[in-house]
Amino acid sequence: MSAWWTYRLSDILPFSPQTYYRLFELHNPAVWPAQLLAFAAGLAILALLISRPPWAGRTIALLLAATWAFVAWSYFHVRYAPLNWAAVYSAYAFAAEALLLVLSGALGRITFATPWPLAAKTGSGIVLFALFLQPLIGPLFGRSWSGVELFGIAPDPTVLATLGVLLAAERMRWELLAIPLTWCAVTGATLWAMSSPEALLMPATGLLALALALSRSLRKA
Amino acid sequence: MTLSRRSLLASLAALGGSVLLGRRAGFAQAAPLTKPMPSSGEALPLIGFGSWITFNVGEDPVARDACAEVMGAFFAEGGRMIDSSPMYGSAQEVIGYGLAKLGHPPALFAADKVWIGSGDEGLAQIEESRAHWGIPRFDLLQVHNLLAWEEHLETLFAMKAAGKLRYVGITTSHGRRHKEFEAIMREHPLDFVQLTYNIVDREVEQRLLPLAHEKAIAVIANRPFQQGALIRDLQGQALPSWAAEIGTRNWAEFLLKFIVSHQAVTCAIPATSKVAHMRENMAAARDPLPDEAMRRRMIAYVEEI
Repeated sequence: MSAWWTYRLSDILPFSPQTYYRLFELHNPAVWPAQLLAFAAGLAILALLISRPPWAGRTIALLLAATWAFVAWSYFHVRYAPLNWAAVYSAYAFAAEALLLVLSGALGRITFATPWPLAAKTGSGIVLFALFLQPLIGPLFGRSWSGVELFGIAPDPTVLATLGVLLAAERMRWELLAIPLTWCAVTGATLWAMSSPEALLMPATGLLALALALSRSLRKA
Repeated sequence: MTLSRRSLLASLAALGGSVLLGRRAGFAQAAPLTKPMPSSGEALPLIGFGSWITFNVGEDPVARDACAEVMGAFFAEGGRMIDSSPMYGSAQEVIGYGLAKLGHPPALFAADKVWIGSGDEGLAQIEESRAHWGIPRFDLLQVHNLLAWEEHLETLFAMKAAGKLRYVGITTSHGRRHKEFEAIMREHPLDFVQLTYNIVDREVEQRLLPLAHEKAIAVIANRPFQQGALIRDLQGQALPSWAAEIGTRNWAEFLLKFIVSHQAVTCAIPATSKVAHMRENMAAARDPLPDEAMRRRMIAYVEEI
């Protein structure tokens, strides 16, 4: 496609908002009861963030990796790719993040400090939001309950919870932040092109995470 | 110009299908107005339909049935040309689903595109598209947005020469790459071009439409409603009192009649996922059409709004 930069995103988005939201209505029953496992994983992550035992980092990394891998396969590859050829790249990116999380967990690169700094509190708050409040946004704007976007099942809350965990960690791991931050921009642009009322949520949270991560890195430098 | 046996049969089938399906649906319409394709004389209804966005519904069984219903209404109204592309997600498969559900209406004029960066992979992509549609061959294949056009045109002309394809074309949209488009139109024996033309986007009136007329190339007008934006902008506005003179009862008919009344335009391909809108669109392919003076009046009215 020549001069691709002259296209607006709405010119190249190949589906309607109705079809996009319907995707989640079809996805949820197709993967049931994975929602229960994902929610349990989310609660476990939250509990580990608060209690911070020495093995918390490894366990959280593995739980997050499992959700990223599941979203890569079940949502992007199986559900979204037939609608959008670009979804296959998202599937690869989510699979790559899953791999990075496994490696980081295995190498003990995700740890949590005993005193709870502000960034850790903010991070835990973001996880809490992703688990309990973000799924309510769709129904709040009049969309079907059957299409709720849940942590571990849909990409946005999975990414947001991951950003929360990374902010709560003792040290910033930029290699783990890159894909979630990129996704915040991608999903924000997609929702913006569809005139979705919550289009700014993910980019705004991504920017907040980036600002906190930068300020922490600069303070330590 | 003479009608080929196949085109005559297709036209009769369209008429027959229209009457048959029309009765079943409880409405019977006169056959839509047609124009002859310059390269063959085959008659094509002034309104076809595009599948960008509206038919990309994936595996959703409810939405697939709704699309099949729209296709049924299209054929019932005497429609023939359906246009798609490998770029349109699942649209080709959804069209294939609809065609199978409707028993493969013989009136179908299947138009698709080749859209891949490598010329070597063109044939494989075309075969995949054909399998999605579930048809023996395409009537028209176009090089989508001039992507790798030199290689793909070679493939398409070879297919046409081998009797595996009836017509060859190229496409552009959003007013892009018109200079290159014009050069290809001058140098290659194209049957069709597809470009953006509507009451607001009229750049093609300057060079491309006159050239198509001169070179006897059929023209498909895409983005007739600017992906719905024109309809949305005009919806709250009253139609002019003189709209009745050209038999328009709504903005869709008004906008489409403007497009297809250009002498170089063969058909317009609005996309919709609603049966009611499909019928409104098809109504634009009925007399009377605006003459040149009326067309200028239509432009002035819309520009004033």
